[in-house]
Amino acid sequence: MGGLPYIPVATQKETALKSKTLALAISAAFSLVAGAAAQAQTPVKIGLMAELSGPQAALGQDKLDALNLIVERNGGKLGGVPVQILRRDTQLKPEIANQIADELVEKEKVNFVVGLSFSNIFMAVSKKLTSAGVIVVGSGAGPAPLAGAQCSPNLFVVSKQNDQFAEAMGKYAADKAYKRVIAIAPNYQAGKDFVGGFKRRYTTQLVDEIYTPLNQLDFSAELARIASEKPDAVYAFLPGGLGVSFVRAYQQAGLMTRIPLLSVSTVDGTTLPALKDVAVGAKHASAWGPDLANPVSKKFVEDFTAKYKRIPSEYAAQTYDAVMLIDSALAKTKGNVADVKALTTAMRAADFPSVRGKFKFNTNNFPIQDFYVFEVVKDAQGQATLKTIGKPLVDAADAYVAQCPMKG
Amino acid sequence: MFPETFHWRSPRIWLVLLLLAGLLLMPVASAALGTSFYLSFATRVVIYAIAATGLNLLLGYGGLVSMGHSLFVGLGAYVVGISSFHGLTNGWVQLAITMGLTTVVATLTGLVSLRTRGIGFIMITLAFGQMFYFLAVSLKQYGGDDGLQVEQRSVFEPLPSLDNKVALYYIALGVLVLLMYAVWRTVHGRLGYVLRGFHANERRMLAAGFPQLRYQIVAYVASALPCAVAGMLLANLTSFASPSYLSWQASGDLILIAVLGGMGTVIGPLIGSIVLLVLEETVSKMTEHWMIVLGPVILLVALLSSQGLWGALLQRTRARAPSGGDRS
Amino acid sequence: MLWSLFFSQLFNGVQLGMLLFLLASGLTLVFGIMNFVNLSHGSFYMLGAYFAAATLAYTGSFLVAGVVGIGGTMVLALAVERLALRRLYARDHLIQVLATLGLIMFFNEAVRMIWGSQPLFTAQPAWASGSISLGGLNYPTYRLLIIGAGIAVALGSYLLIHRTRIGMLVRASSTHPEVVAALGVNARQLNTLLFSVGAGLAALAGWLVGPIVSVQSGMGDTVLILALVVIVIGGIGSIRGAFFASLMVGLVDTFGRAYMPQLLRGFLERTVADAAGPALASMLIYLFMAVVLALKPGGLFPVKR
Repeated sequence: MGGLPYIPVATQKETALKSKTLALAISAAFSLVAGAAAQAQTPVKIGLMAELSGPQAALGQDKLDALNLIVERNGGKLGGVPVQILRRDTQLKPEIANQIADELVEKEKVNFVVGLSFSNIFMAVSKKLTSAGVIVVGSGAGPAPLAGAQCSPNLFVVSKQNDQFAEAMGKYAADKAYKRVIAIAPNYQAGKDFVGGFKRRYTTQLVDEIYTPLNQLDFSAELARIASEKPDAVYAFLPGGLGVSFVRAYQQAGLMTRIPLLSVSTVDGTTLPALKDVAVGAKHASAWGPDLANPVSKKFVEDFTAKYKRIPSEYAAQTYDAVMLIDSALAKTKGNVADVKALTTAMRAADFPSVRGKFKFNTNNFPIQDFYVFEVVKDAQGQATLKTIGKPLVDAADAYVAQCPMKG
Repeated sequence: MFPETFHWRSPRIWLVLLLLAGLLLMPVASAALGTSFYLSFATRVVIYAIAATGLNLLLGYGGLVSMGHSLFVGLGAYVVGISSFHGLTNGWVQLAITMGLTTVVATLTGLVSLRTRGIGFIMITLAFGQMFYFLAVSLKQYGGDDGLQVEQRSVFEPLPSLDNKVALYYIALGVLVLLMYAVWRTVHGRLGYVLRGFHANERRMLAAGFPQLRYQIVAYVASALPCAVAGMLLANLTSFASPSYLSWQASGDLILIAVLGGMGTVIGPLIGSIVLLVLEETVSKMTEHWMIVLGPVILLVALLSSQGLWGALLQRTRARAPSGGDRS
Repeated sequence: MLWSLFFSQLFNGVQLGMLLFLLASGLTLVFGIMNFVNLSHGSFYMLGAYFAAATLAYTGSFLVAGVVGIGGTMVLALAVERLALRRLYARDHLIQVLATLGLIMFFNEAVRMIWGSQPLFTAQPAWASGSISLGGLNYPTYRLLIIGAGIAVALGSYLLIHRTRIGMLVRASSTHPEVVAALGVNARQLNTLLFSVGAGLAALAGWLVGPIVSVQSGMGDTVLILALVVIVIGGIGSIRGAFFASLMVGLVDTFGRAYMPQLLRGFLERTVADAAGPALASMLIYLFMAVVLALKPGGLFPVKR
């Protein structure tokens, strides 16, 4: 028992018909199609590697929901061919992810792997997957080595390179001419990357960089430090539960109205439902927000909200794009997955309707895209949501593309 | 609770032989099924069995519950990772470094931990585990919590290359068998008896004049070394070293494996490893809510038997063994 | 300016300490008096927070949420104790660790199945929002409430254990259960009562701390480790020990995070200091615990047996 097979069962209708000629015609048509369809009858296998259990499952759940939205809408097909989705729970443990990669490559022989929200999981399995001819479509993390020296023609990331949201917020801060900024992030790899990315665009020296222990319970000490320094703005990267805790404390300390909070991955679709009004006023940088004006995005938000009763997060949106990309590539190759090179060329063309309006790959298979800054506001229904207030980066490429040996 | 003796006519021997045959033939079976996935899975089972067998020396025989042994697994993995990062791929040198480092760290942490008893011991071993976990996370140069890619596997001349999955499996299996033999000899030797004595009745042993700390620290270090070797093998299997190898949940997994199979038996940890990993694998395929199944299973295991699967089997077959010459 | 920051951090340290004490108080009772390694304490904390948040969303009343949160968790704890855990009191610690680990997994997944993976919304009551000005500094009212609650629980527990008949029975049965049983007291009921009270205290912590942290599956795991560290430092079974240990850990942790980076920058290069500072800060309480245990293996206020 593996994933959820989405294989159409249309043949039942045909066999119910009694007419001989019709039956003859059907069988004739069938034998004609049989040859060509022999290949299409084996469904294209797509593995979804995400965190589906435990506290981090919020991200994985969004990805799965976006994936199901499209596949169910298409009747179990992508690019006109039936697909089989195999969902695998990485439990946020690299050794389990490693084993899943083994299984997907050797036992299930998947053609695509999507998902991969966390950098450590991504780094643990990417080489194994790409060197086995599997096309990896990352819709979450975008680790720097994979954008640089370890890029691969079989590896595509449709979300962003990890530093880019931070860079967008850095540019915003520079544009706003804030003189004194304090940065706060957890003391782990991503935390340091996100502060580094900010500093790449905001070149004034930071007043202070605060790195908090992971799993910190209470931010009073850090907030007291921040308040005493009286900065012009605070830049925060505190994902998940840390973000909920920090933003609450920030607002309760009365800082939300006095010192602008520039955040990345802190107030997003997964934490806003828990924060609601408390987060109003915070700024957020991302490549997508639920109020983007293009029609694809509007339809996506409508469909998602109708089906799942919540506003999609950027993680769902990115996965939506990833699946639509695969859909376009499969349509181009008419479902032929045997020729991996033709498939990857079709993927590079990125000829699909993106929720971001326009979408283009760089030479390292990472996106060139616009980045926006949003502010948390209350919408007409009283729900806390993100409103676009600026576009600091247009057609931005990541900082590591030069290190990638692939040159277009 | 105490280890079994060897009875050639016991039905248990057949089970052990069957198990051994199954393990030896695993690569063949995996090839027959057309995929090397089962081989990788079996290698992981063997690696966890190695770590759990080491822990069992302290836990099952010594009665000392360490919630921090995954720290040594991580140590072995990071020695491989960091050496490979700097171009040192000679497996024997890595092994020597691992052994040396583990002995030092185990001695130091053991000396502090063994000053406490009961819950205090559990807590302080947990604390040491956490300390090293945060240390691994803060090693930015070696990936931090993103983990460290092992570009080149360890080279153990004249053994075949570890890039060959079959070779890696047999090497791991060989280590496990050697280890189990070593543990068998130990528990039937002086160290083993003293350790079990202290577990059974501390006061009496002290009164008899046995130096408790000395024996227990040796046991502590001896239990740490197999965990470190398991870590080395794990890093080679996954080509990755990650701070998650040092988490307290990983320590909990090792304890669970040892208890499930049967603490105080030599083959128990292997049985526990097989059962737990197979269970996890099958249940997680059926539903992503596998934790809600596994949780009560663990609870049931704890409630119903402290002897584990092998221990329970031991008890039942021992009761049926011929009365002549049967010693427990 | 420097002094006001210092006092601010002092207050923060005390407040964190009281938060920790709320978390640890129930645990030390169960550990110490019943000699039961109860890792599911973190799960009761989580359940208290969840029940309270759900009730708050439904009724809008913070106090009602508290009643339901604490009451619901205590009832659940009672059920768990009767069905499973009471058989484990006589077993060794390892089995207790395993059983309660299994419970943690079960509850983590159960709340995720019922309420989803996203953090749950919860809020401070309107009457405790805002801040109070003391000596020119602004303190959030809610944090003062936490401090008040911590002191109330400390006093309440102390009075209960040392000044009431039930408390006397509890203390007696922890050291001489047979004698107490011989006197006609139902030890089983006493244990069940104590276990429920411990769970209730955990749920109280969950209800009060929920609006400060994130209410999500697995929120009890980190808290559990902190609570364990605190009670080991304080001495298992001692409420007084837990109180003072919490305060110390709260102050050490807060001042560590507040001043360590500056301190390190004084004699280390900035990037090194920035990396070492938080790493040390996260290890700090474990180092503290290791030092205390190395010097006094029974904790700071060991309970005499």
